[in-house]
This record gives sequence, structure tokens and C-alpha cells, in this order.
Amino acid sequence: MSLNVNRYKCGYCGACVGVCPAGALELIETWVEVDNTCTSCGICAKICPVGALEVK
Amino acid sequence: MRDRYDVIVVGAGPAGSITAKTCAEAGLDVLLIEKRQEIGDPVRCAEGVGKDALKKHIEPDNRWIAAEVKGSLLIAPDGTEIKISEDTSSMKAGYVLERKVFDRALAQMAAMAGAEVMVKTRATGLLRSNGRVAGIEAMYLGETYNIKADIVIGADGIESKIGRWGGIDTSLKPADIETCAQFLVSNIDPGEYSTFYLGNNYAPGGYLWIFPKGGHMANVGIGILGSKSGDVRAISLLQRYIHNNMPQAKIVEMVVGGVPVSGPIEQTVTDGLMLVGDAARQSDPLTGGGITNAMDAGKMAGEVCIKAKEIGDYSVNTLKEYEDKWRATIGKELGKSLQVKNLLIKLTDEQLNKLAYSLKGVDVSNMALPSLLFILFKKNPKMLWELRTLFK
Ligand SMILES: Cc1cc2nc3c(=O)[nH]c(=O)nc-3n(C[C@H](O)[C@H](O)[C@H](O)COP(=O)(O)OP(=O)(O)OC[C@H]3O[C@@H](n4cnc5c(N)ncnc54)[C@H](O)[C@@H]3O)c2cc1C
Repeated sequence: MSLNVNRYKCGYCGACVGVCPAGALELIETWVEVDNTCTSCGICAKICPVGALEVK
Repeated sequence: MRDRYDVIVVGAGPAGSITAKTCAEAGLDVLLIEKRQEIGDPVRCAEGVGKDALKKHIEPDNRWIAAEVKGSLLIAPDGTEIKISEDTSSMKAGYVLERKVFDRALAQMAAMAGAEVMVKTRATGLLRSNGRVAGIEAMYLGETYNIKADIVIGADGIESKIGRWGGIDTSLKPADIETCAQFLVSNIDPGEYSTFYLGNNYAPGGYLWIFPKGGHMANVGIGILGSKSGDVRAISLLQRYIHNNMPQAKIVEMVVGGVPVSGPIEQTVTDGLMLVGDAARQSDPLTGGGITNAMDAGKMAGEVCIKAKEIGDYSVNTLKEYEDKWRATIGKELGKSLQVKNLLIKLTDEQLNKLAYSLKGVDVSNMALPSLLFILFKKNPKMLWELRTLFK
């Protein structure tokens, strides 16, 4: 499983970064980076205001 | 940029700029960094603020005031209206800001007080010496720099990493965040009040807002509780509302963002580090307002930095004063709001309607939120019983 960020949908607000329990996300200007500590827990995907994140 | 400062402030929002200004005014060497290339943009805010709370920090300036509002209009799920004033001392209670301009004006105040300001500069980690925080690692235009400091201030907002890097877990649970979407719309007439629509139909565990921005414009947004998001999204609820209720509206800007609604967190300082504003989760769990709390916290943190410099001790021993101070003020309010929020999110639409009816014949027009809650409690003791401790 991995986390997909749809960069065309993302509004780069950083809400996902704030809820990530692993600290695996980082907002850099207009994109979100995911590092290898991501556990695919899906919390970010749940709270994203626009639904730009998806655990696949 | 030098390789050493007294204070490094990470994040140039209201919290960071006020901290930097407070420190710089007292002669401390301050570096204020912002990872975005433009301070204040893109906006993540509905821009509503109480006048008195704002004036404690800055003289109102028409360059960043979009509109004035007389108070708040609360609308129950069935349409029952309750009009209150958020500030009883004046007829005009609040402003709707232009945050892009406002945030830059605050950074400008810090700069004029002597702080160095850097944009497109992102903190990527903390430096340590003898186990305590001793500066930051930062990236500026693709290059990495180590910058030392006696103290680092995490003013890095909802996405804060500074706390986590310093060993303070600030991650928010889904029920501790409001996930929001907002359109700045044109071609509407929003009136002179900030309007809040309550109810699960509009915004599960949150509310829908319409804040006038002057000149036939308004911020129209929805925040829903993170734990209720997923199958529905803030953005789709907002699109539906605009489509059904404001067909004439033209959307000229889109805003998305998260607001911490956790209430006071356990720890906001460690040796050589303090957290302020949204990074310290200091926004109000009930209203979602965080601008003036962030500024108040910035001021308190700045003052404690000055003291720490004077006595040459940046350990928790000294920094604890900030923690104590904000808890006794902002923290107390956050705690109360959290209690109300926790109850409100459990109420059904029928119960919310009932609360609104219970105010029939009561003049609440000059009341602020706390007095309104007290009246509601007196009229609906059973439904609101768990709030009784608020009114002791
Ligand atoms: C949709 C929405 C509506 C809102 N409406 C209102 C309202 O009407 N009234 C109100 O009072 N509050 C409102 N709020 C809350 C308010 O916006 C925040 O409480 C306020 O901005 C907090 O200020 P701050 O300085 O703590 O953080 P921010 O203003 O978020 O500033 C943090 C800054 O830190 C920067 N940063 C982050 N990480 C780094 C890093 N590693 N390195 C360098 N820089 C970094 C960010 O880019 C950002 O500029 C709303 C929030 C949202 C999302």
C-alpha cells in the first residue's frame, strides 16, 4: 500500500501534515512530499478538504 | 543571513511575526523565516477577527481591512436566527481582514523593529548541542544552511514540524481538526453581519460561514470535523451550498485548510524551544478563530525570550513562564470552548433548533458568546447539563 497525492487536486493547505501520526508528510510550496515513514494509515486521506490523497 | 542569532522564528504568520517583533524591539538578534515565497499567500483563513482583540497589537489600517461587521448572526438548522454582538463595547464588533496584506504588514513590523526576514526559507530540522535545541537546519533556494540560535520558536502553523522535531507530539487526531473549504465569491450581498449556519445538513460537526468582504463580496466557507470527513468533503458540501443557495455567485478565489480544534495541548516548551499559535494548537475549538490568540501567544513568548536573554538561560526553567502564562489566559478560554464544542457536535438538528427557540423573546443582541451560552444553559439545563461547570 502507498499514499498517492493528486497534485492537480491538492490545495497545498498542510492539513494532512498536521494529522500525520508518523510525521511522514511535508508541505513544500505547492506540493506535499511523502517519506518512507508513511504507514498508509489513511488519516490524511480522510481529512483532506478536497480529497486529494488516496491510500492505494 | 548570519550563522548565529539569539532567536530564530520559524513561520511568518501572525504568531511568528509578533514574536519576532517583540524580541527585536528589545534589541535581540532575530531571524524570521518563512518557507513560502510570499508571506500570507495562499490564504488559509476566513479572515474574521474581533476589533478589541486585534487593536491590542496593531492600529487598524484600511490597507488590510476588507470590511467591518456589526456582530454575528447564528442560523439554526430550520432557519431560526439569533443575532449577537461579539463585542458589547462598540456597535461595530469586528473586521474581515485581507490576510495577504495583513500578514505582510505584521512581518513588516517585525522587520522595522530590527528582525531579519527571509522568505522561501524552510526549516528542515533542528540543530542540537548537549541534547538541547541549538538552532535550525534550513533550506534556502535549494541550498542547506545550519543556523545557530539560543532559542527556536515554532510558529509554523497547522503543519508544524518544529514541535515534533523537538520531541513534542503535536499531531492532531481527526476529531481535533476542522477541515475547511472556502470560496471568495462576488456578486452577492452578504449584509453587515458575519453569518454562521449550524446543522448537520450544512456542515457535520462544524458550521458554514458567510463573512462580508465589502463590495458585494464574501468569504463563504464550510468547516467539518475531521472525524466526519471522508464520505463527505468540505469542498463538495460547499459546492452544493453555493449551487443551491447562491446561484448568482461568482467564485473569484478558493481557500482550503485545517484548523486545530484540540483545545490546549500538554506541552509547548522544551529546552531552547517554544511553540506559538496554530503550531501550539491555540486556535479556538468552538469558533475556529486563531489569529488573535496567535498574536497574544507571540507577544507572551517574545517577552519570555527577552527574559531568557537577560538571565542567559533558555531552559524549560525560564520558558515555563510562557507555558504558564498562555495556559492561564488563552488556555482557559480554549478549555471552555472545547467543552462547548464537544457537546455541540453531539446535538441533533432538532436539538439545535430547540436551543434557538428557547431564546424567543430574549434580547441577546448585545451579548457576546459567553453570556449567550449562559442564557441557553439556564433555559435548557437538561440538554446542556454537561456545561454546568462553565458557569460556576
Ligand atoms: C479555512 C480557515 C478559516 C479560518 N478562519 C479564521 C477566522 O475567520 N478568524 C480567525 O481568527 N482565524 C481563522 N482561522 C485560523 C487562523 O487562520 C490561524 O489560527 C492563524 O493563521 C494562525 O496563525 P499562525 O501564525 O499560528 O500560523 P499561520 O498563519 O498558519 O502561519 C504559519 C506559517 O509558517 C510557515 N511554515 C510552516 N512550516 C515552515 C517551515 N518548516 N519553515 C518555514 N516556514 C514554515 C507557513 O508557510 C505559514 O506561513 C481559519 C483557518 C482556516 C484554515
